[in-house]
Amino acid sequence: MDFPADRNRGLKMATRSRPLSPHLQIYRPQLTAVLSIVHRSTGVALCAGAVALVWGIVATALGADAYACFSDFAASIVGRLLTAAFVFCLVYHWLNGLRHLAWDTGWGLEIKRAYATGWTVVVLAPVLTALSLWCLWT
Amino acid sequence: MTAFRTPLKVVRGLGSAREGTGHWWGQRVTAMALAPLSIWFLWFLAMLPGADHATVSAALGQPLSALLMLAFVFTLFYHAYLGLQVVIEDYVHPRALEITLMVLIRFAAVLAVLSTAIAILRLIFIAAPRT
Repeated sequence: MDFPADRNRGLKMATRSRPLSPHLQIYRPQLTAVLSIVHRSTGVALCAGAVALVWGIVATALGADAYACFSDFAASIVGRLLTAAFVFCLVYHWLNGLRHLAWDTGWGLEIKRAYATGWTVVVLAPVLTALSLWCLWT
Repeated sequence: MTAFRTPLKVVRGLGSAREGTGHWWGQRVTAMALAPLSIWFLWFLAMLPGADHATVSAALGQPLSALLMLAFVFTLFYHAYLGLQVVIEDYVHPRALEITLMVLIRFAAVLAVLSTAIAILRLIFIAAPRT
């Protein structure tokens, strides 16, 4: 048994007339959601940074040659870009992590305060990253 | 108190991961430890003048630096493992791949921490004597 007309109507109901749950493509990005996914992304990126840190420590223990290999890479343009990315991820994840810890105590969950702390992170993260890199490289 | 709970109630309380709030607490406690340790880590890197091999070896071989670096790396990988586990649970849907990845990142985290421990112990005990 097949009722094409009925089926099409059902399809129309499902795709056009009825309200859908928000889809990422048509949903206006909100600061809180963006900061949340960036927190996760920076966390994953920091895992790669952590492996690089282990490389550096192990290379130091292996001797001057292994260390030179590591430090040459770290001093290269790619190495410096990765270092900058690593420091940014660390600073951002650190700042936003404080927000998470505050929320876990029940503080700052109101929308107004969540936005205030969120914008604070947006402003502080690049500033503290630049400051850290300046201390690191000079 | 627990004697009045049925086995079903007890299992439900542990949630889908079957380990209760242990994961949640682990993530928070390591975060609290990493907050000050990360500042020390950046400070340690910034304080390395020139960062030649002898300087870095000596710096990492000092007991306090060695202790803090070990604490930092251990806590970092513990925290990273817990975080990656959640990411895998959320995005990797084939169950076999999910479990394989979780085992692999646990192995990787343990290997990373052990490598760091061996490297730092070597720097403490075998590195060139300091003046």
